[in-house]
Amino acid sequence: MSHLDMLEAEAIHIMREVAAEFTRPVMLYSVGKDSSVMLHLARKAFYPAPPPFPLLHVDTTWKFQAMYEFRDRVAAEAGMELLVHINQEGVEQGVGPFSHGSRVHTDIMKTQGLKQALNKYGFDAAFGGARRDEERSRAKERVFSFRDRNHAWDPKNQRPELWNLYNGRVHKGESIRVFPLSNWTELDIWQYIYQEDIPMVPLYFAAERPVIERDGMLLMVDDNERMPFAPGERPQPRMVRFRTLGCWPLTGAVESTATTLLEVIEETIQVKNSERQGRAIDQDAGASMEEKKRQGYF
Amino acid sequence: MSIETLLKEHAEKDLLRFITCGSVDDGKSTLIGRLLFDSRQVYEDQLSAVERDSRKWGTQGDAADLALLVDGLQSEREQGITIDVAYRYFSTPTRKFIIADTPGHEQYTRNMATGASTADAAVILVDARKGLQTQTRRHSFIVSSLGIEQVIVAVNKMDLVDYDQARFEEIARDYQRFADKLDFKAIHCLPVVALNGDNVLEPSPNMAWFDGHPLLSLLESLPSRQADADGEFRFPIQYVNRHSSEFRGFAGTVAGGQIKTGERVMVMPSGRQSAVASIVTFNGERAQARCGEAVTLTLTDEIDISRGDMLVRPEQRPRVAEALDARVVWMADQPLLPGRQYDVKLGTRTVAATPELIHHRIDVNTLEHRHVDELTLNEIALVRWRLSASAAFDSYRHNAATGAFVIIDRISNLTVGAGMVVRPVTDSLADKSQNVVWHEHRIAKTQRAGQKSQRPAVLWFTGLSGAGKSSVANALELALFQRGYHSYLLDGDNVRHGLNRDLGFTDEDRVENIRRIGEVARLMADAGLVVLSAFISPFRADRAMVRELMESGEFVEIHVQASLETCESRDPKGLYARARAGAIRNFTGIDSPYEAPEKPEVVLDTESLSIEECVDELLDYLKSRRILV
Repeated sequence: MSHLDMLEAEAIHIMREVAAEFTRPVMLYSVGKDSSVMLHLARKAFYPAPPPFPLLHVDTTWKFQAMYEFRDRVAAEAGMELLVHINQEGVEQGVGPFSHGSRVHTDIMKTQGLKQALNKYGFDAAFGGARRDEERSRAKERVFSFRDRNHAWDPKNQRPELWNLYNGRVHKGESIRVFPLSNWTELDIWQYIYQEDIPMVPLYFAAERPVIERDGMLLMVDDNERMPFAPGERPQPRMVRFRTLGCWPLTGAVESTATTLLEVIEETIQVKNSERQGRAIDQDAGASMEEKKRQGYF
Repeated sequence: MSIETLLKEHAEKDLLRFITCGSVDDGKSTLIGRLLFDSRQVYEDQLSAVERDSRKWGTQGDAADLALLVDGLQSEREQGITIDVAYRYFSTPTRKFIIADTPGHEQYTRNMATGASTADAAVILVDARKGLQTQTRRHSFIVSSLGIEQVIVAVNKMDLVDYDQARFEEIARDYQRFADKLDFKAIHCLPVVALNGDNVLEPSPNMAWFDGHPLLSLLESLPSRQADADGEFRFPIQYVNRHSSEFRGFAGTVAGGQIKTGERVMVMPSGRQSAVASIVTFNGERAQARCGEAVTLTLTDEIDISRGDMLVRPEQRPRVAEALDARVVWMADQPLLPGRQYDVKLGTRTVAATPELIHHRIDVNTLEHRHVDELTLNEIALVRWRLSASAAFDSYRHNAATGAFVIIDRISNLTVGAGMVVRPVTDSLADKSQNVVWHEHRIAKTQRAGQKSQRPAVLWFTGLSGAGKSSVANALELALFQRGYHSYLLDGDNVRHGLNRDLGFTDEDRVENIRRIGEVARLMADAGLVVLSAFISPFRADRAMVRELMESGEFVEIHVQASLETCESRDPKGLYARARAGAIRNFTGIDSPYEAPEKPEVVLDTESLSIEECVDELLDYLKSRRILV
C-alpha cells in the first residue's frame, strides 16, 4: 500500500468507529478543501449507504457567496442532512469582523456558535478536518480528542491513544472531537483531490476578483454593502486565489495565475509560507490556536 | 520535473513511522527540529515565529532554538520540556515519514507508549556526556515490548565530549550489552550533534572516524512494519451496514492476510460458516481484499453477525477464550488492583474484564521479575485477565492488530492501560498458579550465573518429530559441558517418565505438558543454568507463554527444521509409521497441527546442516548474545 492508501484506510476506520460507538455524531463542514476530502472519505466509508450522520455548518454569515452555493450542492449530492447554525445573539448584537475585529468575531460567531449548535442537538461526537501538520498545538492533539461539558480541551491531560484503539467513552454532556485527517499533510490533501477528482470551491482557483490591499493582506470584496471602504479605497480587479477559506474579510488572497488543479498544486508545493498565514486569527500570539482550542474552537 | 511526475512520485512513496525517545534534555526536539529544518520542511513564517519565541523562551542565545518548532504547547515552551507526543511529517524523494516525538520525563511515559504503538522504528537519543540513563532503558524496553524491531541509537551532543570516538564506542557497547536482553532485530548506533546537524543529513567532518550512514539515509533504508498480507486472514467486524432490506454489509479493516470472493469464512466466536459473496467499495466491487484495507464484505448466507465478531478462515482460527495472560503497561495514577472490574477494548470488541492476578512486574532497569500485589503508574507486568464474555484474539507477537487492547476505567472513562496478549488461558490452567506466596531467595540469580561465567538461558528446541531436536540438543550440551559451562537438558525421556507421567497426548494434556516444562526450565534458569529443552511443542501460544515466564532475553527459540517427508523417512522411533497406521492418535504433522515459530531466534535446517554445523552455529549465537562468556 502506498502512504496515501494507508491514510485513506486509516480515516475510513476512524469514521466507522465513530458511527459504531456514538449515539449522535455529526460532521463539521466548513466548505474548504479539507472538509471536501473528509466528506469524500465519509461517503467511501459507508458506501453504498450515505454517511449515517448529518453535516453541520456553523455559519458566521460572512462566508464567501461561492461557499454557500457549493455547500448546498455538495450536501445534496452526498444525500446527507445539512444543518446550518447561526449564532442569533451575535447577529442581534451586530457582531462582525469589521466592527468587532477578528478575535471577537471569531469567538462569538464561530466558537460560541459551534458550542450552541453542539448543545442544541446534543452531539456526542463531532468530526473536524484539522491536520496535525497545520499548526503547533494541533500536532499534539489526539485523533479522538476529549472535550468536557464546556467543550474545553485540556492539552496536558489527554487520554493515551494506542494502536487504532480509540476510546470514545463520554459521560452525558461531554463529547469527542474526531480528526480523521490527523496524519495528512497539505500535499497529501492535494494529491488525493487530484487522484479522486474531488470537486472544489472555485475560490481555490485563480480568477480576476475585486481586491483591496490592507495591512499587507489582499482582501476580496465579496459583499460591497458590508465592506467599510476607507476614503479613496476602491477594489481593483486582480488575478488572485485563496489557499484557505474562511470569513471573507479575514481571509487573505494570494496573487496567482493558477487556474487548474495541477497549477494550484504546483504553486502549493513551491510556496514557502505556510497556509494558515493567510488567516488573521493565528497571529495574535504564539500559542493563540492552543488558547482557542482550550476554549472550544475546532 | 512536471507536476504530474512529481505527484506520481509522491503517490508511490511508502511510509515509515518512527518514534524519537530518550531521557529528558537528550535533545530529541532539537534533533527533529534539525531534520525538519535541514530537509526544508519548515516554512519561513514558522521559522520567524520560532525566532520570536527563541528570544522569549529559547536556550540558544540569539540563535533560533529549533526545539521550539516541535514543542507545541505553551506550557512546554515555558517549561522547556516535552509533555505530550507531537506528530511531525516530512518526506524525501523516496519516503514519507511520520515522527512521533515523545516525552522523556518519567511521568509522561504513557504518552511515550502511545507514540510507540504505531511506530515502525525508534530513534533513541543518548547524551554523550551522561551515557545510558534509566529512561533510556525504560524506553528501549517499552519500544521492544510494543514490537518495534529496528532501533537507531543516536549518541547526541558529541561536540561536548570533543567528538571522542572512544566515548561513543563505550556508549554503543553499553547499549548493545543492555539490548541483548530485548527483542530488537537491528541496532544502529551513530554519533550526532543535533544542534549543528553533524551526521543528521550529511556525514560529519568532525567525526571522520565514523564510517556509518548519517541519520536520514538510515531512516530511508529501514524496513517498515508492513501490513502482513501473507499471514492468516483476520477481519474484525467494525460496523454493520444495512443500507436497504437487500443489503447487509460487514465493514472493517483487514487485520491480517487477505481474502477473495467465494472463499469460506467462519465467524468467531460463534463458529458459524459462510462464504464471501462480494467485496464492496465506493470505487466498485473487488475480487480481493488485503491486510490494511478498509472494505465492506457481504456473505452468501444470512447469519447473525455484529460488531466485535471476527471473520477468519475455518482452517486458520484465532484463539477463543474467556481468560488471557497479557503484558500490561499501566497508565493511570490509580493503581491496577486485581479483582476490580474494567472494560477492555480488544480490536472492535469491548468486554468487561477483571485482572485476576499479577504474575510478576518487570523491573525496567534490570528487567528482573518482581512479585507485586498492585501495579502503579508507568509499571509493566504480566497480568491474567478474566473476560465477561469469550473473545477471539491472537498473541501480540503473532498479530499486533488482533492481540492488542486498551483498558478503560468504567467510572472515569479514562484509558488506564494498554495490553499485549501473550496467550489465552484455558480452564485447566486457570487455577493452578494462584494463591502461592513467592519466596524471595537471598542469592540472586545473577550471582548464581556469574559464579558459572554464564548468563541463564532457556534454549527451546522446537520442530517436528524426527527433525533432529534431541540430537542437536544432546550434541550442544556435550559441547557446553566440555567447555565448562553448566547446563541441563530436558527431554521426553526425563520428563514424560516422571514429572509428566500422568499426561497423555490430547491438546489439553500437551498444553499442560509444556506449561510444566516451562516452569521447571524457569526454576533451573533461576539456579543460573543454561537449560536446553527438546520437545515438539507444536503450539505457538504455549511457547509464547514460556517465553513470557522468563526474563527478557533468556528465552531462545530454536526452530529445528526439516520437511515432513524427510522426518517421516527418518522416523527414528517408528512413530510416523504407527501414526499412519492409526495406532497413535494426535500425532503432530499427521493428525495434529504444528505451528511453526514466526520469529525464532535461530533456525537450523537439518536437511542441509550436519549436527556439528548446527552446534557451531548455536555456540556462535550464544557467544554473540553473551549468554556464554
